[in-house]
Amino acid sequence: MRDLRSPLSRVKGLGSAREGTGHFWHQRLTALLLIPLALWIGFCIAALPADYATLAAWVRQPLVTVALVLLIIAVFYHAQLGLQIVIEDYVASHAGRTLVLLISNLLCLLFGTVGVISVLKISFGA
Amino acid sequence: MSNHNQPVSPHLQIYRLPLTAILSITHRLTGVFLAFGCMLLVWLLAAAAQGAESYEALAPHFQAWYGQIFMLGFLFSLYLHFCNGIRHLFWDVGYGFELETVDLTAKLAIVMTLVLTFVTWLVGGAG
Repeated sequence: MRDLRSPLSRVKGLGSAREGTGHFWHQRLTALLLIPLALWIGFCIAALPADYATLAAWVRQPLVTVALVLLIIAVFYHAQLGLQIVIEDYVASHAGRTLVLLISNLLCLLFGTVGVISVLKISFGA
Repeated sequence: MSNHNQPVSPHLQIYRLPLTAILSITHRLTGVFLAFGCMLLVWLLAAAAQGAESYEALAPHFQAWYGQIFMLGFLFSLYLHFCNGIRHLFWDVGYGFELETVDLTAKLAIVMTLVLTFVTWLVGGAG
């Protein structure tokens, strides 16, 4: 059988979906990044303060700001990749799957953006 | 033509799942729950970005009994997904596939989850 793929496509080795093992690899990279961040945030969440001043003073520490922004980006990227797998496995109809995937991807993008902007606003705000 | 002795595929309702299979589906369930839980926590963060008033209006819900149940469930899910995720990372690089090892790390993941949840809850409650 004749190979319809171009030599460039073959040498890139990314297959017909054109992303190769990108999904798998990014899920693992974010997982590795989340190992220290998840352990850290677990303890922070358990000690969530009831008053704003304590929370803001904590978020404003430069290292905490950086860690929170990294954490939020990694979490929602990891969640988007993971939810995609679950949706592709369990939503049978093509139209339904496309719709649910669209909603899931948008929610991850939306909450990721809101999270990062909120941290930066608290951190840089007066 | 029918052969009653032929092996049948395990039927989920009557087949007793091995521990690793239970952890596998729990990994997915906790993953989905954590995604929604993170969105809820971002909501709290967004309230804080609006100012003291909106944060202090929302935060008490996280201290109430239903908020505490959510927090405990979130921490438990976080640590189960964390511990089981580390098993997956070891499998990804080719280690830990022997049946005894798989069973041992499954039990280890559950014990570590309970320990981490308990310690975090204790430290957080005291702090």
